[in-house]
Amino acid sequence: MSRSLKYFEALREAQDQCMAADDSVYVMGLGVPDPLGIFGTTKGLQEKYGPARVMDIPLAENAMTGVAIGSAITGMRPVMTHQRVDFALVAMEQIINQAAKWQYMFDGVHKVPLVIRMIIGRGWGQGPQHSQSLQSLFAHIPGLIVVMPTTAYDAKGLLISAIESDNPVVMLEHRWLYGISDQVPTEVYRVPLGKAHVMREGTDVSLVGLSYMSLENVRAAELLEARGVSAEVIDVRSLRPLDEQTILTSVRKTGRLVMADTASKMYGASAEIVALACEKAFEALKCQPERVTLPDYPAPTSPALSADYYPRAADIAARVLTMMGREVDEDLFAVAEGQNHDQPDPSFTGPF
Amino acid sequence: MDAALKKSLYRSMLNIRLVEERIAALYPEQEMRCPVHLCIGQEAAEAGSALALNKDDQAVSGHRSHGHYLAKGGSLKSMMAEIYGKATGCAGGKGGSMHLVDVDAGFLGSAPIVGSTIPIGVGAALSAQMQGTDRVVMVYLGDGAAETGVFYESLNFAALKNLAVVFVCENNLYSVYSPLDVRQPAGRTLADLARAHGIESHCADGNDVETVYEMTRDAVATARRGAGPVFLEFATYRWREHCGPNFDNHIGYRSEDEYEAWQLRDPVALYRNRLIKDGVADALELDVLADDLNADLNEAVAFAKTSPFPSPETAPANVYAGER
Repeated sequence: MSRSLKYFEALREAQDQCMAADDSVYVMGLGVPDPLGIFGTTKGLQEKYGPARVMDIPLAENAMTGVAIGSAITGMRPVMTHQRVDFALVAMEQIINQAAKWQYMFDGVHKVPLVIRMIIGRGWGQGPQHSQSLQSLFAHIPGLIVVMPTTAYDAKGLLISAIESDNPVVMLEHRWLYGISDQVPTEVYRVPLGKAHVMREGTDVSLVGLSYMSLENVRAAELLEARGVSAEVIDVRSLRPLDEQTILTSVRKTGRLVMADTASKMYGASAEIVALACEKAFEALKCQPERVTLPDYPAPTSPALSADYYPRAADIAARVLTMMGREVDEDLFAVAEGQNHDQPDPSFTGPF
Repeated sequence: MDAALKKSLYRSMLNIRLVEERIAALYPEQEMRCPVHLCIGQEAAEAGSALALNKDDQAVSGHRSHGHYLAKGGSLKSMMAEIYGKATGCAGGKGGSMHLVDVDAGFLGSAPIVGSTIPIGVGAALSAQMQGTDRVVMVYLGDGAAETGVFYESLNFAALKNLAVVFVCENNLYSVYSPLDVRQPAGRTLADLARAHGIESHCADGNDVETVYEMTRDAVATARRGAGPVFLEFATYRWREHCGPNFDNHIGYRSEDEYEAWQLRDPVALYRNRLIKDGVADALELDVLADDLNADLNEAVAFAKTSPFPSPETAPANVYAGER
């Protein structure tokens, strides 16, 4: 049985069901049991499972990551949460040198069943240190698994898979996805780590995307359909391991690739996806691949400065039309009345 | 303290000394192709603390971890094979001297990023608490680790949760070649730092194995009964160079006088003399003990040298769990 559930509710349900099924699962993070419960994703869990298993923590991200690792190698399954990706940067030593290495450097003696949830902020002036999208930092590291669920269905299924995995999993959740609903089964189910999701089939171009940009890709596909272009939309979902096969199959079918990332361009995930297509499906490409990314400067705060910072569906569609030698019409960029660039929808009114 | 325990303390110290001296002697053969951080001179702090633990208690350590691993009961053969980069090593040749592990002996692992295993040990103690066991975790660190941010974060959390951790800090006065006085203000002990976190803390002579043992035994008992973590600072001295088999007094970062003063406080020789003087053991018995340890060591070195290298195709294995 399934019903409509918002992304944040799906995340909460995944944790709830995993904690109910396995006493070794516990949740930690700054504000995890507070009245707001990490945008609702951990709300009510402490009442149900107690303060030992749903644990607020000191502002000590680096040591607390080490604590999570130490508990993971001795039988526990910690789920750690950062309210922004940016806070996890002070824990990079533990994440990269320790979490990602303890399995390899002891040749499999230890396993590190650890999930680190990180939230990507956007809009309402989050600014340079509250809205970075740093998936490529983590995806560069062998030993980590890196996933970015886009839908509520995937949020629950991937989080359950992450918690049940014996590996350290970094899960990046885009703040603008939290309020979006999807049909979500009530029971426990798993979305496999390392599998992309074909969100929409098409024949003219492959729109490959990450996280929130996959939704922009779906909207772009609708704009393109109205203009007689058939776009296939692939949500990468898992950056490491990367589902090369699904991406390559699509690129071989359409011969065109546009990769949309939530991050900036240089050395990013978009470069990896484009390189994959060039290295392994070069013969199928009808034109050069394109990348739709953030500009190569930090996210500005003022709405005046951030208005053009985030590419949208129309930008993606325009890129496709151009690569196909088609005219880009002005209607493409018509913005629906009342829609602001720094809100996902009118219900999102900040402050963060 | 009964005679059997005293002999065990001596045996553990002597074992570390003999192993480390052997590594130093064999290192020039260039068959051990990884950095080694020898702990000669620090054996009392290591043996005296580790022997105060039960077998199922756990320990983590840093770059200079041979003594902790051996005193905790880690397999000598597996350690020697690891240093030689062999398939039979405790980490299958993936880690080397700086990544020792013997989970069966309770030695969870060592890693050379200074300070980084402190929270991992604290996390193991969190597991013990959540799992309802009275297991104690010993976190080995040096004076340099007390300068890292993660040290303070870890002390705070261990104190907050009343975790069964015994922090054993061997203060050997140097971080590589940098003396303590260029790194930390005068007149403040490392134990003061831990005490400021509300943690019971003590300083003692780290070259007196019985003092170390007794102090650690009490600390372990405190931690085990749920009365919170304890921090122990043991003053000691590394004889050889920071990394490698040689002596390095000539390069000018420490004085020959200082070195000789610490050599007069050789923890192994002092304890041998004391055992003989107190009638606990006679010289012949202790010589036989050394012969026995050397025989085991010969066997371990031969095992390491004759063991096969891991096959190159296993290099990518075990990046992720479930591949072993």
